[in-house]
Amino acid sequence: MRKQFDNELNKLNKDLIEMGHLVETAIENMIDSFKHQDKALAKEIIANDRIINDKERSIESRAFRLILTQQPIATDLRNVTTALKIVTDLERIGDQAADIADILLHFDGEHLYRTVEHIPKIAKKAKIMVHEAIDAFIQKDLATAKIVIEMDDEIDRLFQEVKQEVVEILQENREKADYCIDFLMIAKYLEKIGDHAVNICEWLEFNRTGTLNEQRLI
Amino acid sequence: MDIKIQAKHLNLFYGTKHALKDVDLDIKKNAITAFIGPSGCGKSTFLKTLNRMNDYVKNVKITGEVTLDKENIYDSRVDTTILRKKVGMVFQQPNPFPMSIYDNVAYGPRIHGIKNKKQLDDIVERSLKAAALYDEVADRLHTSALGLSGGQQQRLCIARCLAVEPEVILLDEPTSALDPISTLKIEELLMELKQKYTIAIVTHNMQQASRIADYTAFFLVGEMVEYGKTNDVFSMPKDKRTEDYITGRFG
Repeated sequence: MRKQFDNELNKLNKDLIEMGHLVETAIENMIDSFKHQDKALAKEIIANDRIINDKERSIESRAFRLILTQQPIATDLRNVTTALKIVTDLERIGDQAADIADILLHFDGEHLYRTVEHIPKIAKKAKIMVHEAIDAFIQKDLATAKIVIEMDDEIDRLFQEVKQEVVEILQENREKADYCIDFLMIAKYLEKIGDHAVNICEWLEFNRTGTLNEQRLI
Repeated sequence: MDIKIQAKHLNLFYGTKHALKDVDLDIKKNAITAFIGPSGCGKSTFLKTLNRMNDYVKNVKITGEVTLDKENIYDSRVDTTILRKKVGMVFQQPNPFPMSIYDNVAYGPRIHGIKNKKQLDDIVERSLKAAALYDEVADRLHTSALGLSGGQQQRLCIARCLAVEPEVILLDEPTSALDPISTLKIEELLMELKQKYTIAIVTHNMQQASRIADYTAFFLVGEMVEYGKTNDVFSMPKDKRTEDYITGRFG
């Protein structure tokens, strides 16, 4: 029974997984572009962000149609509403990868990736968090989701480290002020990417339990 | 919240068919409790045990207990006419008597001995108002009830039930023969009526149960599988059978 509905729910899930992969690729490319000062790759990230945005719209449209035509309840309702919440976070991660790519595109001169010691660390952490969050979501794995949520403190700490380093660089080389602001913005974007990975994990918790941050939502 | 009706280890057999299996269920006062489940699951049978309508069925055997305000309604000393005055019932098909609107509503009070015209006028007006029907029929109280629309007839049946001042109203799929607007009118009415009455409703309409019921019980082949707050049952059912039924995976 409800074959049509189940097919639609499967398509919704498949779309979400695809969007997750697009977002992960964007982050990997962003780090590669950063490491190797690859401006062509930075351009590609910005161009591909449109595909991520389109995917968000198509998932939203599918979810709205399901609510309209199938009136989902219980697990079905949580699957559809979780999809609607998660696409927003995925889309924001994509945006932030593109925002970083845009900064990279306008860099000139110095190779900056390792100038600030903690930048590679925060980039790596953000990448891991997104990868694990998407994986947890696909596998419906609450244990992994919990680990990602706990990583939030680490990425916040790394951001503080970057900030401290940037302040030190700025104090020593005032002529590097523009670079320093770029560093700080990149670090902030990466830290926000971590926040969105945490959100995805929290929505997975809602998906499995109806509860978000110990608050029963439904 | 106070418990109005309580079923304890209730078993019902139609001949050899075990139609209700050891059902324990508390019905809360001034709340709407919905019974859901596939056809033949026992939900209507259970509803009918609450005012002993099953007494009329041949070869029926009931064990266990149903209490109304802690009194066992299956006690041999219970007068079923008084019981059914306290626990009224509305059926799937609107079944007005072939008489005027006024006489339909006055029928019960007259049977219970009220003859004074002024008193009957008051009861008829009050009951029709409580059933949200008065304004639509005030100018034709003495015309045939059979001329009313299906939705109006069903509200008339509710008015007829209210006229004898029940404490509990049982409704067996009261809107399944009605159009969507009439259905919503009845649902709104039940939400109003629960302030004064205890309501139990059998429904096949899952959205209806989730819209109006405070509590929901899911029945399956005579067993009461799950019972809880409606919000819990429809959002996070505990039993997989409930989940499968309410999401339309079987039944």
